[in-house]
Amino acid sequence: MDLSIFGYQFMQNALLSAFLGGIACATIGVFVVLKHMPFIGVGMSHAAFAGALLGLWLGFNPLIGAFGLSLLAAAIIGPLADRGQLNPETSIGVIYSLMLGLAFLFMGLMPGTKSGALELLWGSILTNTRGDIILLAVVTVVVVGVVFTFYKEIQATIFNRDMALSVGIPATVILYGILFLTGATITATLRSIGGLLIFSLILNPAAAAYQLTYSLKRMFLLAAVFGVLSGWVGLLLSYLFDIPSGATIVITSSAVFLLALVFSPKKKVKSWPEKPVVDEQHH
Amino acid sequence: MHKTVIDIENAVVSYREDIALRGVSLKVTAGEFVGIVGPNGAGKTTLLTIVNGLGRLLSGQVAVLGHHIKPGNGHSLRKKVGYVPQVEQIDPRMPVNVREVVMIGRYGLLGWLRRPGKHDWAVVDKALELVDMAQLARRPIGHLSGGEQQRVSIARCLAQEPEIFLLDEPTASLDWKAQSEILELVKRIHDLRHLTTLFVTHDLKCLPITCDRVVLMKDGLIWDDGSPKELLTDEALSRLYEMPVSAVARRRRETILV
Repeated sequence: MDLSIFGYQFMQNALLSAFLGGIACATIGVFVVLKHMPFIGVGMSHAAFAGALLGLWLGFNPLIGAFGLSLLAAAIIGPLADRGQLNPETSIGVIYSLMLGLAFLFMGLMPGTKSGALELLWGSILTNTRGDIILLAVVTVVVVGVVFTFYKEIQATIFNRDMALSVGIPATVILYGILFLTGATITATLRSIGGLLIFSLILNPAAAAYQLTYSLKRMFLLAAVFGVLSGWVGLLLSYLFDIPSGATIVITSSAVFLLALVFSPKKKVKSWPEKPVVDEQHH
Repeated sequence: MHKTVIDIENAVVSYREDIALRGVSLKVTAGEFVGIVGPNGAGKTTLLTIVNGLGRLLSGQVAVLGHHIKPGNGHSLRKKVGYVPQVEQIDPRMPVNVREVVMIGRYGLLGWLRRPGKHDWAVVDKALELVDMAQLARRPIGHLSGGEQQRVSIARCLAQEPEIFLLDEPTASLDWKAQSEILELVKRIHDLRHLTTLFVTHDLKCLPITCDRVVLMKDGLIWDDGSPKELLTDEALSRLYEMPVSAVARRRRETILV
């Protein structure tokens, strides 16, 4: 197997993008999986796609459009679902279809070639520039930094938001902060993975990690490992079989999830040590 | 003389078009154990939520531990108010163990950016011992029975080191043995920690026999307020639940009410 391709700058950029995007998406995915809110993420990623196309059509930076529209989707779906005024499935159904409709409308209105739009649809990690990588690096550092800094508030909010509120943690601020980071992560990885596929890279690595551990810290770590692994293996498969990289990355992440499901220890009855914890190391 | 720790004046709360509290006034002094009883939809849970600052007042005044509650200013108050909700379904795969859940009780006290230290873990372990759950400290929280989960909720409140203890139907959906154990535990902790306790229930069998005072609620109003002996009579309950006195008397005999 000739692996000299990995010596080229564009491939190294792609590997670095997969590394950073894999960590950011998987970290966000842990919230998405544990808060049972994949519906919000799907809505936001399609909104980001529509926003980017709006930018392409009107001639401003597509990433600004992507970020703006994904936050707008979160701002609409979040409170509606939060207050229980609308079933989340109903609100996501409306937003999801509206965003796809807008995306294809903007694509139709766009003059000239549609190749830029199609790249946003299924991603083009191999054409990532230095600017794309810097944006991804900034978002990844912020996402990981926020998790590290506010771990206890995030853990409490993930476990039970009402309980977190009742002990004096501003859990609603934490939740909307997480949605904001979700928008930023989707925007930063949109060009690499594509608007239609990105949500799989958020959901699958975290869902796989969820099958394998009862420790939240380990779940964050495993999800990040699976996210990076999906990106790198996906890139390798894309090169070997000459097929689109966004698709191979997402399919690899789905395979990782299926493997985790098959080997999940959570399917088995486990006997837990019934003794107090003494002098255990924490944090 | 004991000081007033909860002072509610003419509180009105509504959720969209439904009015949950229609002008409720209540004073509770330090160290009291108050049972709040009433049928479903009486406004009992809403009363607890305005005490810990989570409920939104439409009008009226609420002062708790000298803190005048206004929209959005309840975070610091909630650090001193322990809240035990009804048993909730927890995902059995949730990656959080018993000890970590109890530690959540200290997170509000710790504040932003501070991590739990040795002292915090010692408080958590003591709370788990007090509720007789130390042996299950490392078990995933979703693997516990309803009664065990409530013990963990109580331990979380203890770890919080609160001054006020709010319990919202803590024994609902538990079996008889677990119910009686939780009731005993609540009373023991109330006495041991010198707490002020509000205990909400719609089920008279679940009212701790040792509560000092009973507040009867119905349709968002306080119906009556007094000692258990005065209020938990067939006549008062027949008015509260809109049933003939004879039917209440028969049911209380047959089901060993209170």
